[in-house]
Amino acid sequence: MPYELSMPTSLDALHLVLAGTALLLLLITLLLVLKRGGGGDKANSSAKEPPSPKQQSSIETPMLNTKDPESAFQLLGLLQQEARFVDFLNEDLTGFKDDEVGAVARVVHEGSKKVLHQYFQLEPIRAEDEDSQITLQIGFSAAENRVTGNVSGEPPFTGVLVHRGWRVTGANLPKLAVSHDPKIVAPAEVEL
Amino acid sequence: MSDTPRFAVGIDLGTTNSVLSYVDLQSAADQPVHEVFGIEQLVQPGAVETRRQLPSFLYQCHESEISVGELALPWSDGNFSVVGTIARNLGAKTPLRLVASAKSWLCHSGVDRRSGFLPLNAPEDVALISPLEASTAYLRHLQQNWDHRNPDFPLAEQDVTITVPASFDPAARDLTAEAAKQIGLQRLTLLEEPQAAVYSWVKSCGEAWRDQVQVGDIILVVDVGGGTTDLSLVAVTEEEGNLSLNRIAVGEHILLGGDNMDLALAYRIKHKLEQDEGKSLQPWQIQALTHGCRDAKETLLLDNDIQEVPLIVPSRGSKLLSNTLRTELTREEVEQTLVEGFFPKVQVSDQPQRARRGALTQMGLPYAQDAAVTRHLAAFLCRQSDAAEGALGGAQNFIKPTAILLNGGVLKAPKLANRLLSVINAWLGEAGAESARLLDGADLDLGVAKGAAYYGYVRQGNGVRIRGGLASAYYVGIESSMPAVPGMPVPMQALCVAPFGMEEGSATTASTQEFGLVVGEPVEFRFFGSTVRRDDISGTLLDSWSDDELEELSPIQATLPLDGGQPGDVVPVRLAARVNELGTLCLEALPRQGEQRWQVEFEVRNHS
Repeated sequence: MPYELSMPTSLDALHLVLAGTALLLLLITLLLVLKRGGGGDKANSSAKEPPSPKQQSSIETPMLNTKDPESAFQLLGLLQQEARFVDFLNEDLTGFKDDEVGAVARVVHEGSKKVLHQYFQLEPIRAEDEDSQITLQIGFSAAENRVTGNVSGEPPFTGVLVHRGWRVTGANLPKLAVSHDPKIVAPAEVEL
Repeated sequence: MSDTPRFAVGIDLGTTNSVLSYVDLQSAADQPVHEVFGIEQLVQPGAVETRRQLPSFLYQCHESEISVGELALPWSDGNFSVVGTIARNLGAKTPLRLVASAKSWLCHSGVDRRSGFLPLNAPEDVALISPLEASTAYLRHLQQNWDHRNPDFPLAEQDVTITVPASFDPAARDLTAEAAKQIGLQRLTLLEEPQAAVYSWVKSCGEAWRDQVQVGDIILVVDVGGGTTDLSLVAVTEEEGNLSLNRIAVGEHILLGGDNMDLALAYRIKHKLEQDEGKSLQPWQIQALTHGCRDAKETLLLDNDIQEVPLIVPSRGSKLLSNTLRTELTREEVEQTLVEGFFPKVQVSDQPQRARRGALTQMGLPYAQDAAVTRHLAAFLCRQSDAAEGALGGAQNFIKPTAILLNGGVLKAPKLANRLLSVINAWLGEAGAESARLLDGADLDLGVAKGAAYYGYVRQGNGVRIRGGLASAYYVGIESSMPAVPGMPVPMQALCVAPFGMEEGSATTASTQEFGLVVGEPVEFRFFGSTVRRDDISGTLLDSWSDDELEELSPIQATLPLDGGQPGDVVPVRLAARVNELGTLCLEALPRQGEQRWQVEFEVRNHS
């Protein structure tokens, strides 16, 4: 891989990186589930609850949808396989020293990175530098840009770009055999 | 069979990875569409991915290990014998069911390459396959995938070029062609890998290749793959006012490659952990270390300031933190092990430690002494010192390349490539010659497959072709008729049956020397090759030679069919050679009378 650049060496930084990765990947999982939903609308994943009553349209069907979580399972499987993701998140870290955690964090980071780059193409939503002033014109996409803080009045809005955002531009997850059970995120392993 | 194939397909059937590339022959002549084929393959049970490389591994699944539905491919319902990434992954944990390095076995004269003996040391319930069957399996996977995606242009009908190491002997070339025939390929050509790398380079340069080289240049092609190192020399000459390329020499078969390097690093780390920290490692930990070393090495071999890369092997159980092995790979270790170990600064007169043919280096064996690529290279350049005489004139004590073309993933590492270049240039400098320059524009990973596909395109008359011909002269051993002296071997003469440089489509006339063949019985001849005796013509009889000159290959065998003679009759025959359209050598036995011709087999088959 071309970007095997140096890892941050301080443990705090490592933790940050790790937390970031974890969050990002969880987000993608979510995104993917929703994307697979076909509707493509902003939806909440609290799937089993009945839709909230604020019905704006006359359509009777609820605007929320839940989708077969198969690809989420698949992603979990890939992350577990390459990055020991599920193992790591299920560890109780109390009692371990930071350098022990840091060492394992590298495994999780490297593996997750591999999964991310192998199966997804991502790009930042905004090209501007973070911490710079930007202006959101009338009709900006609220899905792509989240405004926070002093939200009042009418666009154009001017503010500081806090985060550039990420968008998936392509995904190519492995094809699964029909008989494959994606709920098996990792099979039990028995050495004979 | 359609009249003209639509695609020129190149297959790099590698020791560790196979790649398929193709040129659309109906695309515009000045800008041919040239792609690398994404190979669909199982990566884990039940999961199919498209990758550019098909790992050349075959794994025989145990029936309880996996449900056959999990082995389905887009074109088939699944089979317990799997190839590609899944085979490598499953085999990593269950090596006794894994077939690896089939290609190296294909060139191993000490075994019957048609008999099933792989995986080595497998338990009784594992179906054993031959190196030939394994190679066929990889080709078949590529074919099925291709046909699935191109139903109108089946691979069997396309113009297919399969690459082989330049150092492959006639038997190994024949076996490769046989594997291709078994999947039904009808338009097959074999091409030497270093030549394919040159074609790929010519293709990527476009017309500009003529500016990068000039008449009188000798291009040294150094191809360090996963399992083998392959060397060739290509001279740039002039023919009717045009630049032309001549492959003038090839090296020996050297089973030394990138896999050895990863393993060497892993064992070094293992040693460090055992010595310094008193830890003893489990086999799975060594394996994980090998894996880790591969990535870490790449980071450290870039020209940068990183001094060390941590290597972490977590516990195998779900308690990730309980038993983590932590260590690091330092720049110094990588440089000592790889740069100094595999590419040491040596004199051009240095010879590699002699552990030549038959020393099949497998994962797990120690590669201590003869791992120096530079020593093999020095020996090659000295051995071939006369090679350029014909092309360029003048004898020298070693051949002095003026340009260098690299191939193989290992040499992507700048530190290794630079070291190699500086060692060669030190030799040149001492000899008062100008430094050789590195030809840029090579694709080190995919160049061989790409070049092979481009070669198919070139064969249609589009662009420069490398002239080559046989890179060895071949000899049949004849025992002198003299009274036996106890304790003394019968003196042997060597009859040249195929001269150096025989080109595709050419043939020799039958030798005057006759051999007695017993009707109905296989008769074996000793068989020799020489990459340095360039002037012997067909029929030359050698009484003596030095060990360096002639290398004994596996014996060849002729069987006269029973028809036309009584069993036990002795029929005098003469031998003639030709190079067929595939680019492989054929030896034929011709009786004194009659029109029959009998094929001489390059490989002795087991007769039970």
